[in-house]
Amino acid sequence: MISFNNVYKRFPDGFDALKNIAFTIESGEMVYITGHSGAGKSTLLKLIAAIERPTSGNITVNGQNISKLKKSAIPFLRRNIGLVFQDHKILFDRNVFDNVMLPLQISNFNTAMAARRVRAALDKVGLLKREKARPITLSGGERQRLCIARAVVHRPSILIADEPTGNLDVDYARGIMDMFASFHQVGVTILIATHDKNLLQDTPYRTLALNQGQLAI
Amino acid sequence: MNAWLTQHWQAFTLTLKHFIHTPFTNALSIIVIGTAFSLPVGVYTLLENIQLHSATTGSTPQLSLFLKLNTNKNQALAIKKKLEEQALIDSFKFIPKDQALKQLAQNSDLARVIGNIGDNPLPHAFIVTSQHAPANELEKLRTTMQDWPGVEYVQFDSDWAKRLDAMLNIGRLAVAMLATLLSVALVIVIFNTIRLQILTKREEIEVSKLIGATDGFIQRPFLYFGALQGLAGGLTAWLIIVIGVQTMNDELADLAELYTSNFQLEHLDLKDSISLLFFSSWLGWLGARMSVASYLWKIEPK
Repeated sequence: MISFNNVYKRFPDGFDALKNIAFTIESGEMVYITGHSGAGKSTLLKLIAAIERPTSGNITVNGQNISKLKKSAIPFLRRNIGLVFQDHKILFDRNVFDNVMLPLQISNFNTAMAARRVRAALDKVGLLKREKARPITLSGGERQRLCIARAVVHRPSILIADEPTGNLDVDYARGIMDMFASFHQVGVTILIATHDKNLLQDTPYRTLALNQGQLAI
Repeated sequence: MNAWLTQHWQAFTLTLKHFIHTPFTNALSIIVIGTAFSLPVGVYTLLENIQLHSATTGSTPQLSLFLKLNTNKNQALAIKKKLEEQALIDSFKFIPKDQALKQLAQNSDLARVIGNIGDNPLPHAFIVTSQHAPANELEKLRTTMQDWPGVEYVQFDSDWAKRLDAMLNIGRLAVAMLATLLSVALVIVIFNTIRLQILTKREEIEVSKLIGATDGFIQRPFLYFGALQGLAGGLTAWLIIVIGVQTMNDELADLAELYTSNFQLEHLDLKDSISLLFFSSWLGWLGARMSVASYLWKIEPK
């Protein structure tokens, strides 16, 4: 469960990115966050993973108050969250397999079991045959899928995606969205920030619309 | 615990791989560290050798026992008996006054002077070689012998040993100062290497933080790298010393042959070698630690 309570975020330059945000997302729910660029979508997602800290207000993730979280506790919060970035943040100095392995190495995973999990995650996103490939040889869509595999390999209870279909063509974007839907079906809480109107047409999922830092109801 | 060990092992092997795969830049820093370190270690080795050899060959403690001029044979025999009873004494040699005069006369400059002297002015003497013992015990032996009847004067030449000791102490101080300065240099070299590494691995650090890596996990490879580089530097210094000593010994063998001695320089012993490697690794770790403290924690994902 994720809940925001009177959350404000003001950046050091005085810009108010988020104003009085309040909402609750139940466990296992899938939610879209929409709005123009600069509306505060990314900031909102970053607050959940404690990449940014709120100026005031309370954020609760899985019963933990994030706004009061100590710096040393942040890694353990993030291990429960899968992050998918618009710019992928893939490491180009290692192959596809090792990129997906990273979250498991970080959380002390038994190596044999970890390899099985990495292959399972790569299979889910359709990259199993490219496990030895260098990320530089992957297309934009494949890189995005690699990023998704890395986000789900440690089986987080929350998956957060910031513009996951940013630069992809419509068919590719559909495929990615179907992938998220399948994670949703196995009980993962999913938040997707997007400004892609095509995706939002007749979607069965809840939509939170942001407008200049405020929730439009 | 097991998982923790595995993580350390993984970080270590990964670092080792990285270490081996960047041989050129690595070799440069290692050579810098190694040559810098070989200087104090080399001087130290030399000092150890000087002390070793002065103890085994040069400083055999010798006392000269001069008898009173009017000593007769019986008194001399009594003293001989007493010398035999002393536990500290290794060996001794009696030099009658005639022989002493003859030896002195062999020096051509003095021969004429001696010829002009009618009576033999020299006393009988014992040259006593004692066992190795602390200076104060030898001093005690000297005063004991001084009190024996018939003994005019006991000379114990410890001055040169004291001077050598004092000089060795100055040498050791110089080594300590040199080592301190070069240790600082080593820490700075590794600090800088790790700083560059952190900057080039910025992306990896950011991503690791985003997916929940603890500070410990992120800093581990850098600390290992620093320690490894320190170790390799120490090893280089050690090799330089070994090669240096070997080269010197080849030359020394020729020289020593002329003096019919078998004087050879000793290598660093096992204890000193291990201390050197530990110390240089620790310095490397320290440099990496400082670099991590000043650069790594400034990298935060955006």
